[in-house]
Amino acid sequence: MVKKAEVVNLNFSYTDKRILNGVSLPIYENRITALIGPSGCGKTTLLRCFNRMHDLYGAIQYDGKINLFPDELNILSDEIDPIEVRMKIGMVFQKPNPFPKSIYENIAYGLRVRGVKKKSFIDEKIEDSLKKASLWNEVSDRLNSSATSLSGGQQQRLCIARALATEPDILLLDEPTSALDPISTAHIEELVTELKKSVTIVMVTHNLHQAARTADYTSFMYLGEMIEFGESSQIFTNPKEQKTENYITGRFG
Amino acid sequence: MSSTSSRQINLKTQIEKLKRQDMFFWFVGLITLAFALLTLLSLIADMAMTGWPRISQSFFFSFPSRFPDKAGIYSAWVGSFCVVLVTSLMAIPLGIASGVYLEEYAKKNIWTKLIELNILNLAGIPSITYGLMALGFFVYRMHLGQSILTAGMTLGLLVLPIIIVTTREAIRTIPSHIREASYSLGATKWQTIHNHILPYSSGGIMTGVVIALSRAIGETAPLITVGALTFIAFLPSSPMDPYTVLPIQMFNWVSRPQEEFHINAAAAGLVLLTMTLFLNGTAIYIRYLFRKKYKW
Repeated sequence: MVKKAEVVNLNFSYTDKRILNGVSLPIYENRITALIGPSGCGKTTLLRCFNRMHDLYGAIQYDGKINLFPDELNILSDEIDPIEVRMKIGMVFQKPNPFPKSIYENIAYGLRVRGVKKKSFIDEKIEDSLKKASLWNEVSDRLNSSATSLSGGQQQRLCIARALATEPDILLLDEPTSALDPISTAHIEELVTELKKSVTIVMVTHNLHQAARTADYTSFMYLGEMIEFGESSQIFTNPKEQKTENYITGRFG
Repeated sequence: MSSTSSRQINLKTQIEKLKRQDMFFWFVGLITLAFALLTLLSLIADMAMTGWPRISQSFFFSFPSRFPDKAGIYSAWVGSFCVVLVTSLMAIPLGIASGVYLEEYAKKNIWTKLIELNILNLAGIPSITYGLMALGFFVYRMHLGQSILTAGMTLGLLVLPIIIVTTREAIRTIPSHIREASYSLGATKWQTIHNHILPYSSGGIMTGVVIALSRAIGETAPLITVGALTFIAFLPSSPMDPYTVLPIQMFNWVSRPQEEFHINAAAAGLVLLTMTLFLNGTAIYIRYLFRKKYKW
């Protein structure tokens, strides 16, 4: 199994409050890693370390590493610009957040940010990423209509396409289906499983069934600590830690 | 059974009581609103009826005169226009840039808080103070004279806080998840501001700008101290020329003893009011357009 990234003994504090405590885990290439745990356990905080989203708000401190392979580049290091990190690692948010622009412009944005001007290249990328996000058939005839006119599920697939257009090394999904109905959720899960062929995925989810269904690896977090990491089949059927078992059997959470 | 029905009856009388309360406050609200509106309407109607007969093409294109029926507002509205143009050129870029800086770039520390507090205070300072400050600084220190430039910059300073505050408020209405979407794609701060924050908040910003300019058009006090003359029988040919503006012209006519000049004042007031109403209407329309355009 090839590692795409690894979190090494990561501590994270916000306004002097420790939120992550000595978290370590591997992220395997072309696999889906799910982060699960009760609200406030730090799973979203951990996810947002991967693209240095916390840097936008200040008063933060990283201590430890997230190494990105093959170069073993520590993306949390002070010498690395957060913008460089975000160019390598894409993100899809809890609530679909398309820009109030056309479908076309939404997906083109990541490329425009990188200075791409050639229209034929952008057109090609847009078709390609919309197909990957299984949205092409629904929107190919109205790329210039507003993205906010799409349904919630379509908007979220558009956000996935937007993140894919720049070919990220890793795609972060922050509870991507929590704002969606069951049919759209099933759609997204199917899509995510398909996507792992081309991209490494780290996904935060509240939905344990979703983690069991889609993730290859699952890590259970509790109170800012990584309690257990393993293959999803093992975590959900035969957890080693008592806390993990209590959580997945619904005894707390 | 009987206890259930008696409880239902109780509930009914309770609801009726609450509904009567509702009616009462609806009525009180209506009365107060009507009082305010009727006062305003009667003032406007009085002015319109007095001034309307005087409105004609020659009134717009005549210079002031000592004969009331020959006097017009040509130099006044042209002066107002020129002054507001200078005000726009100064206050719009400065105000928007300051608003963006404070909202997006400034570190949230004690100095920023102090500046913010100051800006809020500036918005509440009596306008005559701006006039005196301008007299000391623009006229005496910078030797800009009692010119259109001085007047425009004075009003520019006066409305700057309005533009800064509305810019910040407009920016704050953009949800943080839209910003995060932009940053997550690798955009820099300026790219995010330029491609998203400014376009999405431009409706709110433009509304603030128009309201600020309509305030500038009606402002009189600060211009008295920086020498808005009341008798200007020519059009300005450069920003350094002396000038007059509509409210000053109006003020001058009202203070004349002859009744006929009062009619002129009412007519000028009608013009001024129409301009302000038009600008405020534009502001509302802009806001409506952008609300329709940007939904989150």
